[in-house]
Amino acid sequence: MNFDLRTTARMLQFDERADRVVPPTGFTARLTLFSAFAMSFLAVFALALSLAAGRVADRWGNELAQSSTIRISAPAGEVATQTEAALRVLRTTPGIVDARALTLDEQRALLSPWFGADLPIDNLPLPQLIDIIETEDGYDAAGLRLRLAAEAPAAVLDDHARWRRPLIDAASRLRLLGWASILLIATAAAAMVTLAANAALAANAQVIAVLRLVGAKDTYIASAFVRRFALRALTGAAFGTLTGIIALVLVPSGSETAGVLTDLSIQGIGWVWVVLIPPLSGLVAFVATRYAAGRVLEDLA
Amino acid sequence: MIELENVAYSYGGGELLTDMTLNVAPGSFHFLTGPSGSGKTTFLKLCYGALQATAGHVRLFERDVRGLSRDDVAILRRKIGVVHQDCQFLDHLPVTENVALPLTVSGQDPDGADANLKELLAWVGLTGRANALPPELSGGERQRAALARAVIMSPDVILADEPTGNIDWEMSQRLLTLLVELNRMGKTILIATHDLGLIRAAKAQVQTRVLRISNRRLQMAGADL
Repeated sequence: MNFDLRTTARMLQFDERADRVVPPTGFTARLTLFSAFAMSFLAVFALALSLAAGRVADRWGNELAQSSTIRISAPAGEVATQTEAALRVLRTTPGIVDARALTLDEQRALLSPWFGADLPIDNLPLPQLIDIIETEDGYDAAGLRLRLAAEAPAAVLDDHARWRRPLIDAASRLRLLGWASILLIATAAAAMVTLAANAALAANAQVIAVLRLVGAKDTYIASAFVRRFALRALTGAAFGTLTGIIALVLVPSGSETAGVLTDLSIQGIGWVWVVLIPPLSGLVAFVATRYAAGRVLEDLA
Repeated sequence: MIELENVAYSYGGGELLTDMTLNVAPGSFHFLTGPSGSGKTTFLKLCYGALQATAGHVRLFERDVRGLSRDDVAILRRKIGVVHQDCQFLDHLPVTENVALPLTVSGQDPDGADANLKELLAWVGLTGRANALPPELSGGERQRAALARAVIMSPDVILADEPTGNIDWEMSQRLLTLLVELNRMGKTILIATHDLGLIRAAKAQVQTRVLRISNRRLQMAGADL
């Protein structure tokens, strides 16, 4: 069967008479509609998961990439001296915009989520923290560590890379998993539509024989099936996508502690992907049915 | 028009037809006889390109079928009207749409040929059954509808496979009259049948040539026909 661009365009053209030559097929119609509905519903969730994971990865990456912390762990009498020495080193380090020691109140605020607001922080041998803000290009962490070791030996540099990287990696993999799921969903949808189209074509072997008897080309016969399945998939996918969006709206969100689980929403450019789900489902059904029709018509020749 | 040159057809390891040579001239009227299972239907299918010969050459309108794509064969088939014993209709479409099917699949507008369609249904005596579904038709009506479908594209050749197999004598005479009428209009007719009465009735009205398939070969039938 010839499947060039012109033939493909002709296949997509609505032709009421050509569409009527194939009798209504109840079972395969329902199977295609349901498959497209379910797969699009799942695709909306996979897409939302992937986009949310992407946002989290970006946020963690951006927020933490340009900040570091120095921890001064020294005997009580030496903390102030060591802090001052570390700040001196930091002020003369290229790539650092600002460096300042956290106040007691700020350190208390950091610990309060775990120990409560009434923590007697003054009586605890807590290390002094220095917050560092970097330039876009950042600083030479290895060089800074060497200078700190020489001038403020109680200072330990934590550039967040050690624990930031696994988190960003995890979020990135979750994003990748979301896209892989979408790909799997599309493949499964194509397989189901192919099965349904195969069943419909096999059940209509007699119709195909009659059409061939009166001089129908294979492209004409395939078109009648392809249009029907593509339209069903488009309809099912439109309802599935709409239902998925409604379900997403109903998922509770937590804007302040936004993470993957509490930020399953579609935002901005993400809507373009959502809107593309029904036409892409139709396209998948079109290609799958065209493939199935080609094979069945070859077998029946 | 239809030429077979040393044609053989094998299926499942056995040769069904062998060394068949025939030239169906334009405007001729042929009958093909032979016992059940002798290969009459297979022979007809070779003649309209539904089957490919396993040896020899089949030429339809001077084109060798072997070198043609399926789409090319489909286009050639529009010049050949076929009437099957079981008629082969689309049961979900009314008679008018079934009769107009060759126009529909060839991209012609059946509404444009509406007058012709009505004339054709009147010619085969089915005006009152135009909106009936095929399962609602009697055997004779089905055969006449199949004949109307076969001629709607004004084909050069009409092939009929046991067209009177499921209908009574009176109806088969009516069908024969239509086929003879088509032959007088210049159409080439080839009918596969084991109905000797039909052949004798045709010989009384028109010059015919009778072929017989015997022992997988094509022969001229004897003078007893």
